[in-house]
Amino acid sequence: MTAEQEPDFVQPEHFAFDAESEQAIPGILAKYPPGRQASAVLPMLDLAQRQMRRTTGSAWIPTAAMNVVAERLAMPPVRVYEVATFYLMFNLRPVGKFHLQLCTTTPCWLRGSDEVVAACRKATGIAGWHETSADGLFTMTEVECLGGCVNAPILQMNDDFYEDMDGPATERLIASLRDGETPPPGSAIGRQGSAPLGGPLTLLDGKG
Amino acid sequence: MVKLTVDGIALEVPNGCSVLQAAELAGKEIPRFCYHERLSVAGNCRMCLVEVEKVPKPVASCAWPVAEGMVVKTDSPMVRNARRGVMEFLLINHPLDCPICDQGGECDLQDQSMGYGWGDSRYREPKRAVREKDFGPLVKTVMTRCIHCTRCIRFLAEVGGAPELGATARGEDMEIGTYVQQALTSELSGNIIDLCPVGALTSKPYAFVARSWELTRTDSVDVMDAVGANIRVDARGPEVLRVLPRINDDVNEEWLADKSRFAIDGLKHKRLDRPWVRRDGKLAPASWDEAFAAIAARMKDLPGEKVGAIAGDLACAESMLALKDLMSALGSRNLDCRQNGARLDAARRDFYLFNTTIAGIDRADAILLIGTNPRREAPILNARIRKRWLSGQVPVAAIGPAVDLTYAAEWLGVGPAVLTSLLSGLLSGEQSFAKKLEAAQQPMLILGQGALARPDGEAVLAAAWQLAERFGMLRADWHGFNVLHTAAARVGALELGFLPAPGAKGFWAMRAGAVDLLWLLGADEFEVARIPPTTFVVYQGHHGDRGAQRADVILPGSAYTEKNGTYVNTEGRAERGRLAVYPPGEAREDWKILRAFSAVLGRPLPYDDLRSLREKLATTHPVFARVGALPAAGCTDQSGPGGDPAAMLPNPFTFPIANYYQTDPISRASPTMARCTETYYPGLAMAAE
Repeated sequence: MTAEQEPDFVQPEHFAFDAESEQAIPGILAKYPPGRQASAVLPMLDLAQRQMRRTTGSAWIPTAAMNVVAERLAMPPVRVYEVATFYLMFNLRPVGKFHLQLCTTTPCWLRGSDEVVAACRKATGIAGWHETSADGLFTMTEVECLGGCVNAPILQMNDDFYEDMDGPATERLIASLRDGETPPPGSAIGRQGSAPLGGPLTLLDGKG
Repeated sequence: MVKLTVDGIALEVPNGCSVLQAAELAGKEIPRFCYHERLSVAGNCRMCLVEVEKVPKPVASCAWPVAEGMVVKTDSPMVRNARRGVMEFLLINHPLDCPICDQGGECDLQDQSMGYGWGDSRYREPKRAVREKDFGPLVKTVMTRCIHCTRCIRFLAEVGGAPELGATARGEDMEIGTYVQQALTSELSGNIIDLCPVGALTSKPYAFVARSWELTRTDSVDVMDAVGANIRVDARGPEVLRVLPRINDDVNEEWLADKSRFAIDGLKHKRLDRPWVRRDGKLAPASWDEAFAAIAARMKDLPGEKVGAIAGDLACAESMLALKDLMSALGSRNLDCRQNGARLDAARRDFYLFNTTIAGIDRADAILLIGTNPRREAPILNARIRKRWLSGQVPVAAIGPAVDLTYAAEWLGVGPAVLTSLLSGLLSGEQSFAKKLEAAQQPMLILGQGALARPDGEAVLAAAWQLAERFGMLRADWHGFNVLHTAAARVGALELGFLPAPGAKGFWAMRAGAVDLLWLLGADEFEVARIPPTTFVVYQGHHGDRGAQRADVILPGSAYTEKNGTYVNTEGRAERGRLAVYPPGEAREDWKILRAFSAVLGRPLPYDDLRSLREKLATTHPVFARVGALPAAGCTDQSGPGGDPAAMLPNPFTFPIANYYQTDPISRASPTMARCTETYYPGLAMAAE
């Protein structure tokens, strides 16, 4: 996971926030009291990761970007590395255009996450976790609970949740992503929010 | 004060004390890995669990504050069980490689697992393995052994001021490292080896060299800088194998700088182990008798004023006294110890001492550094300044070329012009440092050798003294005027009066050939090669360095680990170095060489053993009578040294130490220090080749 394990990718030598990111920075820093800018390290890293997606198509944070964040927030670089490596949402190596984040924690697993994982592997040709497909479009990552257990199993693609997934739904999703379409996020079986399957079951008989 | 009971012992402890500290006061030992008295509390190893009545679970005593009426049990069945559980978890991933681990025999984990470990392991799964890290030429890592106590991270961030280590990733993937694979840049990095409670961080040069129980320990004092850090020298047979710090809260607390710790392999290289005499332009091996005869022959009929002596940076007080006495017996008063050309004024002790004392830094409330980079000149003292800077609102300002001191200093300028403006009140804006100095109750200034070793050194010294006077640093209850020396021998020499008498020849004259016979007592730190060929040079020392190359006669002396010597640190504190191993070959203790030569001349010095020499030392110079102690500091006489501040030159101050790792004959001979130079000063290492 960490960059220390013989990287099979190239770290860019330089990173600089572009105009769009620069515009967002004052707003981020203003949320923290003076002298406590270091607290902004999470949103700043997120900003860097989003800029990488915008500019390179791969949402990840190179070491150079962490150094820039450290300098901006006047903190030692290693303190930024600590934070960035702690949160698994920060990708410290390049990922595909579509980052498939699969929850395999107990509720999702009980509801069939194995099937979703198998479908992802089949549709993308990826063998193991953290790997990117040969066409560079997909990366599969195993994640901990995404907090959507009611609609398990969950597949998070970049920022969006695809819920109530099963094998065929997963294959359909990957096929349309490959065709350049992004299906609307949410339940694959038409569930409304986190309501029970088949519509509301309680509070139907009362008069209010 | 809070009253509580620890294992049935009632005691009263200060507010804010932790349960662990209270238990220690009650004489109860609490096992711990992450807790360290001089670092912040992390509370993550859980080894210090104790039982507190009415608290349902065992508590981590290092992070649990005491409360009135608390009843603590440190050795109940619940505590023992809890600690056993913690130990079992710690050992899950810790390898069973004690037989090949350098920490073996002095390992906290090994010791505590004797008390709280299970006889065998219930863990059947594979253990995790962690890739080694490269921390540079000094610290060896075996990160699989790491138990994540984070002492090393906290030390470098808090004491070292070079926060380069961190804990990356999390859970089972957590690793301690720099993440970007860089060498640690702190001059205090060796201390993380001592702090590491397991064998994850060990000494690279000492790897697989010896076991702790094979070593003989000798308490001594360090000579690599003028701080006089207390050390223990661990030797086996004729070899010094390692140096570790000893605790002395007034000097080095429990830290030691890297050069002091790692330069000792230089004691085995380039040593002078027999006398040499130059014959037909070439140095040839000789016997002691031949060497003495050669010097005596040259001295014959030479008037006293044509003989001179220069004392080096590592000389002990005993040898300097013997050399001074020998010179007076010869009728010579041409003595000097200032081989860096520093214009020191020895008229009064407080003109050349670190009067505030090192521990006194803890009480200062404004600090001004003049022409000094303490990070390289005295890393331990620099850590003390940093500690003070961290602890409160203590403004620090500096004059000289801006460098990273590990704390934020306000750089007022590069040269003496700043002193002039401070004196004349020009820099007196509302936010200026002058205002902060005026407001301070206990301000101090530190004058470095970079400000004194220049043609206008006397003027700078006088200006600094006036500055101290102007800002109220010179009071009966507070002495804020400090000179920071770089040489371990310098203050001792000044105390002995190893300086030219009025009218006699000093360092510059002797170097330029004003004497026909020049005795160098380990003096290597100047351009020895520029002494004119007409001068007959006797070099008495332990390494074949610059001085020995120029010498006409070489007398092999002993290094600081090979003799009983007294050194006076920059504060004026006399400390004893002790013989840990014998000098190699025919080399001898330095005062004995001088005593023997005086007998050859037929004018034997009046001491036959170390005791009588030290008696003379103590009676003639009272500072040597109180070893280890310092009298109360305070300024009773405000009249300053003789220089004229108006004579200050405009050129900027330069710092005396370009390469921290090679400053004396021992560190220049050390392969470890050469590797450090390559790593940390690649430019300098290239130039030397």
